[in-house]
Amino acid sequence: MNINTTKIISLLFFIFSAFYLYTAYQIQVFSFDENAPFNARTFPIYLGYAGLFFSGLKVILPDPNTIKIEHKTLEYKKTAILVLIAIIYGATILKVGYFLTTSLFLIASYYFLGERRWILMFLLSFPFVAAFMYLLHGVLEIYLRDPFLKMIGVMG
Amino acid sequence: MIEGILIGLKTALTFQNILMVMVGCFFGTIIGMLPGLGPMTAIALMIPITYGFDPATGLILMAGVYYGAVFGGSTSSILLNAPGVPGTVATSFDGYPMAQQGKAGKALAIAAWSSFAGGTLAAIYLLFMAPSLSKVSLSFRSPDYFALMILGLTAIAAFSSKGQFIKAMMMVVLGLMLASVGQDSLSDITRFTFNNMNLTDGISFVLVVMATFAMSEALTIILKRNDPTAAAKQVSLTELGSIKINKEERSKMLKTIPRTSIIGFLIGVLPGAGATIASFLAYGMERNLVKDEEKEKFGKGSVHGLAAPETANNAACSGAFVPLLTLGIPGSGTTAVMLGALLGFGIQPGPRLYVTNPEIFWSVIMSMYIGMVILLILNLPLIPYIARILAVPKNYLIPLILFFSITGIYVMSFNNFDIYLMIGIAVVATFMRLYDFPMPPLILAFVLGGLMEENLRRSLLISNGSFDFLWARPLTAIILVFTILIVGWQVYKSIKK
Repeated sequence: MNINTTKIISLLFFIFSAFYLYTAYQIQVFSFDENAPFNARTFPIYLGYAGLFFSGLKVILPDPNTIKIEHKTLEYKKTAILVLIAIIYGATILKVGYFLTTSLFLIASYYFLGERRWILMFLLSFPFVAAFMYLLHGVLEIYLRDPFLKMIGVMG
Repeated sequence: MIEGILIGLKTALTFQNILMVMVGCFFGTIIGMLPGLGPMTAIALMIPITYGFDPATGLILMAGVYYGAVFGGSTSSILLNAPGVPGTVATSFDGYPMAQQGKAGKALAIAAWSSFAGGTLAAIYLLFMAPSLSKVSLSFRSPDYFALMILGLTAIAAFSSKGQFIKAMMMVVLGLMLASVGQDSLSDITRFTFNNMNLTDGISFVLVVMATFAMSEALTIILKRNDPTAAAKQVSLTELGSIKINKEERSKMLKTIPRTSIIGFLIGVLPGAGATIASFLAYGMERNLVKDEEKEKFGKGSVHGLAAPETANNAACSGAFVPLLTLGIPGSGTTAVMLGALLGFGIQPGPRLYVTNPEIFWSVIMSMYIGMVILLILNLPLIPYIARILAVPKNYLIPLILFFSITGIYVMSFNNFDIYLMIGIAVVATFMRLYDFPMPPLILAFVLGGLMEENLRRSLLISNGSFDFLWARPLTAIILVFTILIVGWQVYKSIKK
């Protein structure tokens, strides 16, 4: 059997399905529902078996469409940095507020993707976010919590 | 029906809704022109904006984005031989050679008029078909719905798998598994939450769509060093030429459009099939139907060859609304996103929608027609200018996509957990996309998961735990036979390979 990344992903999915199935059997149901034709664990149990079946097939059967990826050509570093910036953005948005964190997130992302035109970067961050915030909060009346703007007295 | 049309017109022709169709068409055209960013990404990015509107306006906006994206895809197919969406690949077969001959403007005009005619005819078919189908579908029982969902999921897996059916089925199962997280709808028992309060209500649909499409699309572009805007930069430099269509070309289009609109619409109605298959089938059918001398022009800039796929793909877009509006079961990934958004508004599409929310049902149908007119009037003359907007460098485009995705989740839940979960799902989805694991089956399964469990529950309880409900009703059995045929066809294809 030829081992390739698709098969490894399928094997991981097989393990995941086995874990899902195990967890499905552990779902607590009401005692009067235990022997009912259908209870809260029935559908997940079927899904667990379906996952095992399809991923098992993918692992066992020959794969005529082997996908070869040139990992050297992939931009892992920039992608990882972008994901990291997004995580930091997610971690600070509630405490600092939407306006400041979003603007800083945009500037940081532009910068790490190679942009150096600071004026354009500024225009497409702070004023852009302010305009978008006005659209959401002011026009569409979608509430946006922002401790920073509240602190400086811009938002009530 | 006349009353319904008037309700639809009254709703669709308000200033706000016309504005939404225009915004949707414009935005959709821009996204559709970017290779790789299709209608699903465009609609997903629009979801946060729709929160502020009523359901009819929200759906009208999303429908506008859908048509705009398909139109935008045709533009890049014709001008650059780089289809923005899979449904416009066949457009490039004759559109690009025509542009190469210095007739880009003419090719765009033929595509625009064919799209308009295809969409308009399909809207008329929908107008007549949807109400009667709604009445028929009222006789559907839980086993029929369950079988229909199985058919839809199998079909989308078969059509979107690019020959890798098992991978697509794995994604279907993953989508259903993600949908099973949270409280069970009947007993309120929590499942797969691991004592995390944030998971009690389940995983949000918007989160999954944003993560698997918008966000993972952005990460894939960076990871693969693609530049979707590079092609767009060339558009503004292209000499378009005249957009006038002469009498001979018009008569050729008049022959092609009616027949390909029917095939496009019917293919669109089928679950999972969609615009891509419709456009290829229409192209092939048209080639067989024209005279021998015309046949030779195919692939070299034939008017028939350009009009056929363009008519069919737009007709298919309208056709895809039939199962969504009448059965509440989306036939494609894009309509699945719309179903998710409607459920978010607290509206359950299906046969009752026609009775309970006629303004939504009819206004969507009428707005399709208005959308077609707007695409024709506004987009055709504006294409060179829209293309200039597209020349935004990817260094700006990617952060803006990420910004829209995260904002979409933030305004919905106001917690960090959902943002982390979205990033996690997006990273996994990006990696799976690299190895050709298709995402549309996952989305459709995620949307249908709850409904599927509910219908299976009812069916099993009625049949006292026995699976004979699968063949007890002729309708259920017929639907399942179709499912078996699709699976059998996939197995046959694999063995042949």
